[in-house]
Amino acid sequence: MTLSLALNAPSAADQVWSVGQLNASVKRLFETHASKPFWVRGEILQCRVWSSGNWYFTLRDKGSQVRCCMFGLNAARAGKPPADGTEVYVLGKPGFYEEKGDFQLLVSRVLPTAAVGGQQQELERVKAVLQKDGLFDVDRKRPLPKFASTIALVTSRDGAALHDVVTVTRKRWPCARLYVVSARVQGEGAVDELVRALRLVNRIPRLDLCIVGRGGGAREDLAAFNSEAVCRALAAVRVPTVSAVGHEVDISLTDLVADLRAATPSAAAELAVADRRDVLRALDDLSGRLAASLVNRTRLAEERLGRTGDRLQVAIEGAIQARRSVADRFAAQLDALSPLRVLGRGYAVPFGDDGRVLKRLADFSSEKRFRLRVAEGDVRARVE
Amino acid sequence: MVRSESGDSPAAPLSEELSRLEEIVRKLETDDLELDAALVLFEEGVARLRAARERLAKAELKVQAVLEEAGGEIRLTKLDA
Repeated sequence: MTLSLALNAPSAADQVWSVGQLNASVKRLFETHASKPFWVRGEILQCRVWSSGNWYFTLRDKGSQVRCCMFGLNAARAGKPPADGTEVYVLGKPGFYEEKGDFQLLVSRVLPTAAVGGQQQELERVKAVLQKDGLFDVDRKRPLPKFASTIALVTSRDGAALHDVVTVTRKRWPCARLYVVSARVQGEGAVDELVRALRLVNRIPRLDLCIVGRGGGAREDLAAFNSEAVCRALAAVRVPTVSAVGHEVDISLTDLVADLRAATPSAAAELAVADRRDVLRALDDLSGRLAASLVNRTRLAEERLGRTGDRLQVAIEGAIQARRSVADRFAAQLDALSPLRVLGRGYAVPFGDDGRVLKRLADFSSEKRFRLRVAEGDVRARVE
Repeated sequence: MVRSESGDSPAAPLSEELSRLEEIVRKLETDDLELDAALVLFEEGVARLRAARERLAKAELKVQAVLEEAGGEIRLTKLDA
């Protein structure tokens, strides 16, 4: 919505705004065009804490000032209100107090610039030392196992990271076993607890992977993940590591030391474990190949059997032919040697009634009947 | 020394099952096996496929808290998360 005001004297035809409409319109303008918070640097003046817990203060520089309000919850996290003259960064967005028509900055965080400077210096120091010792080297990075099934998760027992990793892992790869090594991830004692937890990880048997991380937080809440001790303990973990410090803008030093950086704990779980659906698809593929291979192999065996059968038939036919040739040869020889062949030349053989051959003169008594065999057959005969 | 409340140990990794299955299929596809040997491999492949599918279907994520006791011993307790 755009704001347009008639500056001339109102006429009956013009629209006249009420104060309420005007302020509501201005408020909408702010809400539409300045919805994201940003950082502003200035000096604190007159910070007042109301009974509601809200802070009201002025932020100024040389030439300008702006009224600021920080509501109870954010104020409670910030601790003690800063003294007058403290140089600070504030994170806020413009707001418009409709009832009074006041412009103000709605602040969610206040950071003294001196503290930020000190933190930055320490971060640079640790980064330089770890870099010198090769903890960020690319050739140190180990590949993640394809099917991680036992995973250690170093995080806060009460944080969102635990819930997110469990949810994603349960959905993707429920065959996994998750070992939760809890540690405070921010505030006092966080560094010591993270170091102790990472050392404990090395004592878990048959481990595939370690995820260390936390859910989203403000920049100063991530300090433990930039500590030298935590980075060195992470580098000493004997299985591949994933750092998942849930802050979209900043990269923590554990992100640089770990074998893999994930933007959030959920993303870490997605990178760490396989997806059951992919594996089921792979099993379907293997199943298809297995069936096809057997069909193929059976077909090959049938073909081989067929070829063997053909060869056997040829062999048998050959053998029969050979035997037949031998038989024919013998038959021809027998035929040549047969005494009956002589009959073809005009000879005849006499046989008595008893079937004996009549060889002698005495065999032929007068009137004796006998058979005379000639080439074509027998002839009945009688002696005169 | 690690003590677990449930007392069970992690099952053999599924990755080994999948590798063996790959090997079986590859052998059946490429090796000049006798039919008898091929059938034995085929049966092994079918059994492993069935087992892997069942395992995936029945799987239930186990979440355990790792605690270090005063004596330095590690204790695992079931965690409802």
